[in-house]
Amino acid sequence: MSGFRDARGDLRLEDVTKRFGDFTAVDDLTLHVPRGSFFALLGPSGCGKTTTLRMVAGLEQPTAGRVLIGDTDVTGSRSYERPVNTVFQSYALFPHMNVRDNVAYGPKRRKVADAGRLAEEALALVQMSEFAGRRPTQLSGGQQQRVALARALVNQPEVLLLDEPLGALDLKLRREMQVELKRIQTEVGLTFIHVTHDQEEAMTMADTVAVMNRGRIEQQGSPEALYDLPRTRFVANFLGQANTGPGSVEDVDGDHLVVDVLGTRVRIRKDRSAVPDGDLLFGVRPEKVQVSRSRPQGAGNDVRGVVKDVSFLGVATSYLVEMPSGATWSCYEQNLDVDPIDLRPGDQVWLTWNPSHAFAVPAESG
Amino acid sequence: MSALAQAAVAPAAAEGTENQRPTRRGWVAYLLLLPGVLWLVVFFLLPLVQLAAVSLQSRYPGFPGYYYRDVNLEWYATALTDYAPHFARSFLYAGLATLLAFLISYPLAYAMAFKAGRWRNLMLICVIAPFFTSFILRTFAWSQILADEGWVVRLLETLQLVPGGQLINTPVAVVAGLTYNFLPFMVLPIYASLERADPRVIEAGGDLYASGLTTFRTVTLPMSMPGVLAGTLLTFIPAAGDFVNMELLGPQRGKMVGNVINDQFLTVPGGYPLAAALSFTLMAAILVMVFLYVRRFGTEELV
Repeated sequence: MSGFRDARGDLRLEDVTKRFGDFTAVDDLTLHVPRGSFFALLGPSGCGKTTTLRMVAGLEQPTAGRVLIGDTDVTGSRSYERPVNTVFQSYALFPHMNVRDNVAYGPKRRKVADAGRLAEEALALVQMSEFAGRRPTQLSGGQQQRVALARALVNQPEVLLLDEPLGALDLKLRREMQVELKRIQTEVGLTFIHVTHDQEEAMTMADTVAVMNRGRIEQQGSPEALYDLPRTRFVANFLGQANTGPGSVEDVDGDHLVVDVLGTRVRIRKDRSAVPDGDLLFGVRPEKVQVSRSRPQGAGNDVRGVVKDVSFLGVATSYLVEMPSGATWSCYEQNLDVDPIDLRPGDQVWLTWNPSHAFAVPAESG
Repeated sequence: MSALAQAAVAPAAAEGTENQRPTRRGWVAYLLLLPGVLWLVVFFLLPLVQLAAVSLQSRYPGFPGYYYRDVNLEWYATALTDYAPHFARSFLYAGLATLLAFLISYPLAYAMAFKAGRWRNLMLICVIAPFFTSFILRTFAWSQILADEGWVVRLLETLQLVPGGQLINTPVAVVAGLTYNFLPFMVLPIYASLERADPRVIEAGGDLYASGLTTFRTVTLPMSMPGVLAGTLLTFIPAAGDFVNMELLGPQRGKMVGNVINDQFLTVPGGYPLAAALSFTLMAAILVMVFLYVRRFGTEELV
């Protein structure tokens, strides 16, 4: 039993599958989380991210595959045998114990000598010391969330799992807790696995984000890399916004592919296309598109469109532009110019972008 | 009360125009309370006062069975001395039945709350189903089940488990009957409290290094204590005053206090004062026990 509990090192999932009856919640998933990193599992509800988390916690057992911590195979071991703790979405604090006893629960079960002092320290870390004598029902959602975090942290687990821990908090508190969680993770240096459906939350906090869909990991990488160069249609649309259009490769021009997107010829750098030839889905992020009245010189990727809507957002102005193909693109322009462009719906504009910002993903799926 | 009135008056005074509203609102509250209070006065308080008066009456010398109004504690002395064994038996049998009902009910309620899945409603109906037949009829049925020629006794005899070869007309049968009859009152509150518990809280026990048994002892059981408390009270209180099970399943001698009260009221001529004194003694004893019990095990935060 203590063998599992002493496991140290990176968390690895190898070919893990979980089926509930006919439904495959997690489908042949392989994952490597380096020790001490802040890892986010991002995906829509029902994508299998919580099931994955529960298999790491030992609350579910995989139908197939292995879960390893360091070199120890913990597959099949019970949740209480693993050096893993969870912050549940509903907090799951023990209602019949006060805050201090809740936090001291784990250390007491492990027969740690000064469980009380450890609990006090953990409560200090989450700034909840003054509430140690209260019952969970006497705390607000944000306070309960902190206690749940302290209750998991106090055990110094090898892996700390956070199941949408900020889901029940209001926006302002959520932002505060994001910063707070990141601070605590840096301070304690534990491996955090954060499950969320909020792409902004995942991108702000995590070193590495894995985007999950239908029980599989679509793409994994740093938030910047995922945003800059999505490799699937799902990632392109789930993480931030993207102007997309179906196209097909017509020609190759050195390092670039020449692609026909709904009648417009554009160029994409070869290394930014997930497809070498045939049909693809072309995409470019709204803030990478420049809007101008006159045709720009030399860029090589430009399209003429008609402004449909203009929204002034303060830091930026958002335009909706109708393309010749009938599709609507969205563009953000930072308000840098001294003289505003002063576009009105109905105006003819040119849209242009750097080919190094465009990307292409497989046309089918998701 | 006065603070409440002040709080109610303050905003009205500030508005200036709606001076009558707080008083009217107060009257509405009392008006809504009235039926309940009336019901309690007519059907609970008045009979109680009447019973107390009866229990304090004295005999007319020379006229057996006739009494006059008095403050006479003789009946209470009789109740506490002559009938002490009956009280002891009542509390012993009721206590045993409560314990047995708890031991049977907890696993049942636990299974219904966490393991039954789609069978849950069927199990609930099975627990409640006995209420559709009369209490007396069911107890009669038990007298047949436990009869000397019945299969239960035969089976136990084969296994050499009943030395006397008899179950009916023994305290064992009485405790069995009490356990059976009050089982639903134990199952339902425990089930309700377990069913309300967040399964994640129980999982959290395992997540925090507690084995299944430790999780049960430190998380599940304490969380269901309000249900256990309610269940034990709902079983013990009526069981302690019950006389039907003893009447139909118990021995001729060694009755419970409920039987004595029943006999004194209905069959012994002029038994009213003693019956009333016994009733009050029983009530007081149960109140004291419940008070001590709730103070020991009660959890105000969870109820």
